[in-house]
Amino acid sequence: MKYGYKILSVLLIFYTLIWGLLNSVPRLDILNETIRNVYYHVPIWFAMLFMMGTSFVYSIRALSNSSPLLDTKAFNAAIVGFFFALPGLATGSIWAKYTWGTWWTFQDPKLNGVAISILIYLAYFVLRFSVEDEQKRARISAVYNIFAFVMMNIFIMVLPRLTDSLHPGNGGNPAFAKYDMNSNMRTVFYPAVIGWVLFSVWLFELKNRISVINTKLDE
Amino acid sequence: MLLHLIKKEFLLEFRQKSTIGGVLVYVIGTIFVSALCFKGHLDKPTWNALFWVITLFTSVTISGKSFLKETGGQALFNFLHYSPQQFIVAKTLYNMVFMLCLSFITFFFYGFFIKNEVQNLGLFFIVLTLASSGLAGILSLMSAISSKASGNFAIMSILSFPVLMPLILVVIRLSKQAVDGLEWAGVGFDFIVILLALNVLTIALSFLLFPYLWRD
Repeated sequence: MKYGYKILSVLLIFYTLIWGLLNSVPRLDILNETIRNVYYHVPIWFAMLFMMGTSFVYSIRALSNSSPLLDTKAFNAAIVGFFFALPGLATGSIWAKYTWGTWWTFQDPKLNGVAISILIYLAYFVLRFSVEDEQKRARISAVYNIFAFVMMNIFIMVLPRLTDSLHPGNGGNPAFAKYDMNSNMRTVFYPAVIGWVLFSVWLFELKNRISVINTKLDE
Repeated sequence: MLLHLIKKEFLLEFRQKSTIGGVLVYVIGTIFVSALCFKGHLDKPTWNALFWVITLFTSVTISGKSFLKETGGQALFNFLHYSPQQFIVAKTLYNMVFMLCLSFITFFFYGFFIKNEVQNLGLFFIVLTLASSGLAGILSLMSAISSKASGNFAIMSILSFPVLMPLILVVIRLSKQAVDGLEWAGVGFDFIVILLALNVLTIALSFLLFPYLWRD
């Protein structure tokens, strides 16, 4: 049972990698076959957001409880989330090259939001490395993490809904919105989301075990 | 108690005339350099962007030092006499008033040296007010964090710029409408609501989070 979710995540990811390319998708304007990116790009972002949310929760807990392990866990979750942001960005960028004709555009609020989120977490890592004292670092970085997570969510959830966007799902573009995904696609999309989120949890657990071993070695 | 703290902040600021003078020279110098570089060849979007970039950098410079004074014996005194909530609210309110005056001064000199492109002044002043209070709110907390971290200026800008971006983007879009001279009916009021909400949210978060930075 201990390995259950790990096996499940690997099986689901392989299933979506293979079946995502084989099953049939609706023919939509502009998107055509590239709609398959919804099986890879979107679940990776979900996993990233899930990890950032985990980091946020651990930061809140670290404020009320001075155990250094909670702070380390918040940091580990942020690292894993950051690790997921990079493939998320790469899959999106490759997709954009073939649909929009450019690797990157500043016209799209979601893309800006992602760039800013990455900067926010880089700032969080810099802040952590600049404080030596463990207790102090735990408190300061938790405060910044909570504040930054709220700001990031305003950026990627609220602002894109206010303006037009080229992004699928916004501004009337054909998309990953619920109207455009048929039941055939859902049989791949939902397993993909579950698979990637479980995979992120697995990585998170691994990072935590490494941290625990490192602190034991230091003692 | 709160008023007392705010009064103390103002007294400290005006006693040390070098800081206020320094800020004014900083603002005027930046504007003058930009005026010389552009020589009046600015279209409206550039005018708008340049104004907010100058305001952004000024506010980070000003607010960055707002917690640096609070070290050693001063910090101990504050810790014994005031509650953290009072302290952060006083700091934020003080920074808001200061930033508000400063942004109006910036606007005056910017209009004087470069030119005044704003056609809907009422809307622009609303944006200026909300923007400077929002900047002051976020930067007060960031300044507290960076003063605890190591207190150098690099950390302050690294921490602040990413979290300021949502605010700045909304502000720039709204101020563009003021520059273009949009009629009141066409103004994006949901942007104003978002700005107000950002202000409230920032103050609420500082209020909740600052006590954890306080004890040392």
